[in-house]
Amino acid sequence: MARVAQVRKTAMMGDEAVAYAVKQADVDVVAAYPITPQTIIVERLSEYVADGELNASFIQAESEHSAISICVGASLAGARVFTSTASQGLALMHEILHAASSMRAPMVMAIANRALNSPLNIHCDHSDVMNARDTGWIHLFATDVQEAYDLTLMAFRLGEDRRILLPVSVNLDGFILSHSVEPLEVLPDHEVPEFLPPKDYPYAIDPSRPATYGAMALPDTYMEFRLQLHEALQKVPSVWGEVSRSFEEVSGRRYSMVKSFAVDGSDAVVVALGSTYGTLKHVARRLRDEGLRVGVASLTMYRPFPEDVLARMLGDVKAVVVMDRAYSYGGLGGPLYTDILSTLYRNGVEIPVLNVVYGLGGRDFTVRDAEEVLRMAAEGAERGGFPEKVVWWGVRR
Amino acid sequence: MSLQARYYKTVKDIPREDLFAPGHRLCAGCGAAIAVKLALKATRGPTVVVNATGCVEVSTSMFPYSAWGTPWVHVAFENAAAVASGIVEASRILARKRGGETYDVIALAGDGGTFDIGLQALSGALERGHKLLYICYDNEAYMNTGIQRSGATPTGAATTTSPAGRVIPGKRERKKNLVEIALAHNIPYAATASISHPLDYMNKVRKALEKDGPTLIHVFSPCTLGWRYPPSKTIQLARLAVETRYFPIYEVEDGRLRINVRVSRPKPLEEFLKLQRRFQHLLKPENKHILESLKRQVEENWSRLLKLEEAGVRP
Repeated sequence: MARVAQVRKTAMMGDEAVAYAVKQADVDVVAAYPITPQTIIVERLSEYVADGELNASFIQAESEHSAISICVGASLAGARVFTSTASQGLALMHEILHAASSMRAPMVMAIANRALNSPLNIHCDHSDVMNARDTGWIHLFATDVQEAYDLTLMAFRLGEDRRILLPVSVNLDGFILSHSVEPLEVLPDHEVPEFLPPKDYPYAIDPSRPATYGAMALPDTYMEFRLQLHEALQKVPSVWGEVSRSFEEVSGRRYSMVKSFAVDGSDAVVVALGSTYGTLKHVARRLRDEGLRVGVASLTMYRPFPEDVLARMLGDVKAVVVMDRAYSYGGLGGPLYTDILSTLYRNGVEIPVLNVVYGLGGRDFTVRDAEEVLRMAAEGAERGGFPEKVVWWGVRR
Repeated sequence: MSLQARYYKTVKDIPREDLFAPGHRLCAGCGAAIAVKLALKATRGPTVVVNATGCVEVSTSMFPYSAWGTPWVHVAFENAAAVASGIVEASRILARKRGGETYDVIALAGDGGTFDIGLQALSGALERGHKLLYICYDNEAYMNTGIQRSGATPTGAATTTSPAGRVIPGKRERKKNLVEIALAHNIPYAATASISHPLDYMNKVRKALEKDGPTLIHVFSPCTLGWRYPPSKTIQLARLAVETRYFPIYEVEDGRLRINVRVSRPKPLEEFLKLQRRFQHLLKPENKHILESLKRQVEENWSRLLKLEEAGVRP
């Protein structure tokens, strides 16, 4: 029987919730650079350090490139490491994201998802993290503030697991989650170490055991290194199962790789990432009462991609709408759309799929929009197809 | 010549132990290899090396071989100072929280990785005050990619991206002053050194490691392929650079500048230039003005150092 710890109900902004989780994780090194809408995270963390509530080295780097580089060095030295960024900052880090994963340097990075220049825009979309999709990181998405808190704690445990040893990003929608105050339950401080013991990195830099990190590999060995990275990611789903069971024991909250609402027995499913899930679920609940057979799903884990779960979940529905808050310019559609198309195709599921590209640069996606999309999904299921492949939602032409 | 030999007075004081193993793939006559070998002989205890991308990095870490007897970390080209910052802070906080020893951290990069692409990360690390030693081995161009001009390439030198052309004979711009850039961050110690003066260099490495803050050593490291001279002349060239005042040897400790190798009767600059093919065109009559300009830079630099030393003010 699960033993749920004494929880504390409180209310925080998404950024504050992440910072609170990082403090409770007793992080050793935080290195970051200010960028909206992530800045509150590092402000809170520096307050915790300045007030003696967190015994950590807080380093404000002179750029995101150096921030992530500091994190790689500190992680290899054996420290528990955190950074956070968004948008341009993540783009500036890009080169080192690859090094962090393939050097097997565990760390947690919160990304308060924000659009990329140009034009300059500080509001939410997923273009930043989608650029980092293929960097070998584990990418988690929060749909609300509670999840931003929970996933941050779980991310440390997952990434630092000896079978994994990979960096993890926790994505929270810029402003929509980062700056929204929501009620949440936090674990009491003394319960956290039980779920998340101090980092025990098996390959920590140690002058008594000199090792070479980041060697040069020629064509005869390079591919084997990259295969190891892929294989580590393949182990994530089973380790995630253990981590989430263990987290459920202390929190009472259960996390699977894909969260869903009313998918069983639905004719159509709308899939989205991040906070849009909440909007869709809110509307779907009402529409189902009216008799519309639509469900909603969201990927808590985007990389590694939960192919099997999605193939099962979507195997029996008649139509799918995939919502993307990013786009592959010149490509077939948004990144989540092409991932789901591939999943369906290689699992022999032949159903119509519509891609809704929405919310770029923070354009609102309201309950009215959600209702239209859900009704479109149901209509697609009923008619056995959609009139278009990709729709840019609500744009003026 | 005055040598501030504190830790190493004669060659007999140099430890036999090599933390930089033979068998690496650096060229015969590589100045950087000597710079690294001597630096590691001057460490005072457990030491971690962070290496920027470059000749030393690619030639010493080819999987599954490694020339390094210390923990050695390479992440990318421009971030050695940042990676080193992370390691320093992690070792200190872990020692505080869990007990255990800290260690010295040396960041090592060439002139491209320091003067140009790594300058921002270096500035950040120096400003933040991490206790680390940054060594720039300067061979005055991007040698790993095949001799392209850098911010450390001197006026007039021919590289593959500043060739000695008929209209533009070599690099037109001046070399940056790395030590003064570093000193602008108010660090406790910065110095130049040359592999031709190993005891001076090693004492500086050791002295820098003893400081409680960021330190920088700019070590002159001739490159046989890039400067186009026979491998046997590496030390001779390094020495001529000092003896012509082309590369003055000095240190700035707690704000006071001291010239460590006093060159009262400099050899003509041509003696240093004529051994290298990168400068051959400067010795032709039509390029005399460039040679004169380079000579002026050398003399201006030297007299400025003398004045700074005498005035006792921070450069």
